Amino acid sequence: MLNIKNLHVKLEDEDKQILKGVDLTVPAGEVHAIMGPNGSGKSTLSYVLSGRDGYEVTEGEASLYDHDLLDMEPEERAAAGLFLAFQYPVEIPGVGNLTFLRTAVNAQRKARGEDELSSGEFLKVVREKAKTLQIDADMLKRPVNVGFSGGEKKRNEILQMAMLEPKMCILDETDSGLDVDAMRLVAEGVNALRSPERSFLVITHYQRLLDHIKPDVVHIMSNGRIIKTGGPELALEVEKNGYGDLLAEVG
Amino acid sequence: MADTAVLASKAPVAEKPRSVLDARLEALDLPRGGFTAAARADAADRLNAMGLPGKRDEYWRYTDPAAFNAPTAEPLAFTSRASTLFDEIEQLKLVFVDGRFDADASDALDGEGLEISTLAAADAAGDHWAADLYGKLETAGQNPVKRPFAVLNTLAATDGVLIRVTGKVSRPVHILYRREAQDADVTIHHVIRLEEGSELTLLETGGIAARSNVAIEVEVNKEARFHHIASKRADDAKVGIGHVFARVGEGALFKSFTLSVNGSMMRNEGVIEIVGDDAVAHIAAAVLGDGTEGRFHHDDTVFITHAAERCESRQVFKKVLKNGADGIFQGKILVKPGAQKTDGYQISQGLLLDEGSQFLAKPELEIYADDVKCSHGSTTGALDETAMFYLRSRGVPKEQAVVLLVLSFLADALEEIEDDRLRDDILTRLDEWLTSRASA
Repeated sequence: MLNIKNLHVKLEDEDKQILKGVDLTVPAGEVHAIMGPNGSGKSTLSYVLSGRDGYEVTEGEASLYDHDLLDMEPEERAAAGLFLAFQYPVEIPGVGNLTFLRTAVNAQRKARGEDELSSGEFLKVVREKAKTLQIDADMLKRPVNVGFSGGEKKRNEILQMAMLEPKMCILDETDSGLDVDAMRLVAEGVNALRSPERSFLVITHYQRLLDHIKPDVVHIMSNGRIIKTGGPELALEVEKNGYGDLLAEVG
Repeated sequence: MADTAVLASKAPVAEKPRSVLDARLEALDLPRGGFTAAARADAADRLNAMGLPGKRDEYWRYTDPAAFNAPTAEPLAFTSRASTLFDEIEQLKLVFVDGRFDADASDALDGEGLEISTLAAADAAGDHWAADLYGKLETAGQNPVKRPFAVLNTLAATDGVLIRVTGKVSRPVHILYRREAQDADVTIHHVIRLEEGSELTLLETGGIAARSNVAIEVEVNKEARFHHIASKRADDAKVGIGHVFARVGEGALFKSFTLSVNGSMMRNEGVIEIVGDDAVAHIAAAVLGDGTEGRFHHDDTVFITHAAERCESRQVFKKVLKNGADGIFQGKILVKPGAQKTDGYQISQGLLLDEGSQFLAKPELEIYADDVKCSHGSTTGALDETAMFYLRSRGVPKEQAVVLLVLSFLADALEEIEDDRLRDDILTRLDEWLTSRASA
């Protein structure tokens, strides 16, 4: 499970505090959603947890099972079971999607002391998983995310997630830029991965994604803190009344 | 004549280069030449008139010609492994050891659609079809910019291959260079003529010598197709200058790709004149330079002339530099009057893996036709941090992520190799090489 205690984070180059004491626990098997207005620190939280440069943790801790996340390199966090689905998946011209996937899968297996997958084994698994996400052979061959539509990019993120089998999945605004059908497809992909050993942290602006990926717990984030935690009904409340009332209520 | 006059007026300045030239020529054992005798005599006159370049020459602003001007080569150690690149591909193999053709190590000099001889043997025998070409494209390529080391090559070349292509040849001709002496100073001149409608792929691999001067003259006649893929041998320190002079005829295709991995002081000049309508000429390079293994300086200088209508040219140059390596690109597109509907594009990019390295680019367009599409771009930058983070967040270790992003950076240049097998072979070697030194 993911455990965050009193996390304070500032930008490395600027004297700007973004997270001001985040406390959050996501137990195994649960799906938690974080909602909140623009600039509340949701994406920063996802980047700090996955180890992106440019942020400085000034106080607090974050762990995934018995791993102290904040002490690890991004690739070590990944091997420990953390996965971040990007809001804007990166295009990597000249590197085939399959090559990238196989490199990532085998790098993680190697880091965990497991045998690397042979080319045949890998292809069998990837074809199977790609099929359920409606990712065709052409998309697998093309360079990573190059020329992909918004929906294709997000499906590709979910395919990576399915191949890497992480324990903790963070979805950073996975619904952004998706039409209704694409969102349903992505949500189905995520739901298929739900299991008692795997947790999800779904970051979103809108309740609509949560119609498809049903959360156990919803957190509202504002100004660098979690200001309210509740059940799925909290998301509906936000959808109906906006953040204004909630923010006023907390003061 | 105008050029001679200019030189004469600069006589006091030219005095020093002249003595450099004298010293350079005295150290050479100049061949007398058979069918090349007239071209060599003409080269001697031209070289005497132009002298060797100095640092003050505009065309040598970014590359110090001293190592090419020195009378003899500085001995350079090398690893003796034979190159295995393209081993799996059916080919006609021509082996040069320290710049001399080695018949025993080579395949027989024949093949369907091919007429092959070596310069040394043919020059001793006398009359030859290459007499029409030897030194001719080189001479034409001296205008408007002087290229003294190419003239020196025509004057002093001791060997090379002469290939006349009369049909579509599917089996590539592979020139393999090998080194034996540590101080070999080698001058090689290849002449290739593709007759109308013919096709040839020329491969060049291996370390040539401690110092090398290689010139290739290629005449690509009507509707012929020429593919050139060169891999400058990895890990061997060397000093090298190379020229490719091409004349591309109507509806013909010329494509040249060079991979350079390390080395010490290299300059490659590509001089391409498109003389027939609807022709295509592409020249590309992928360069990996590591300054820790001695000084790394790699200069690509390209001059493409459009002298016909509806022709396409591409220059794609990518250099990955680290540990104080220098990458240079000077590229020009000249569109002559009447060369309408020209489609010319040039891109040069430097990827700097640290702050000690530098990439210098001088793109030039000179256009005398009004209905053309010509553009150029040049960028210098570090690895994309977002892409690095993306790869690492998937569990790819930092060193391996750098390898993937370097291959990604080079992809456009590698795409210029049309044959999948050849491209894949180069990619595999490149990947292995980068991975094996990822931590350096």
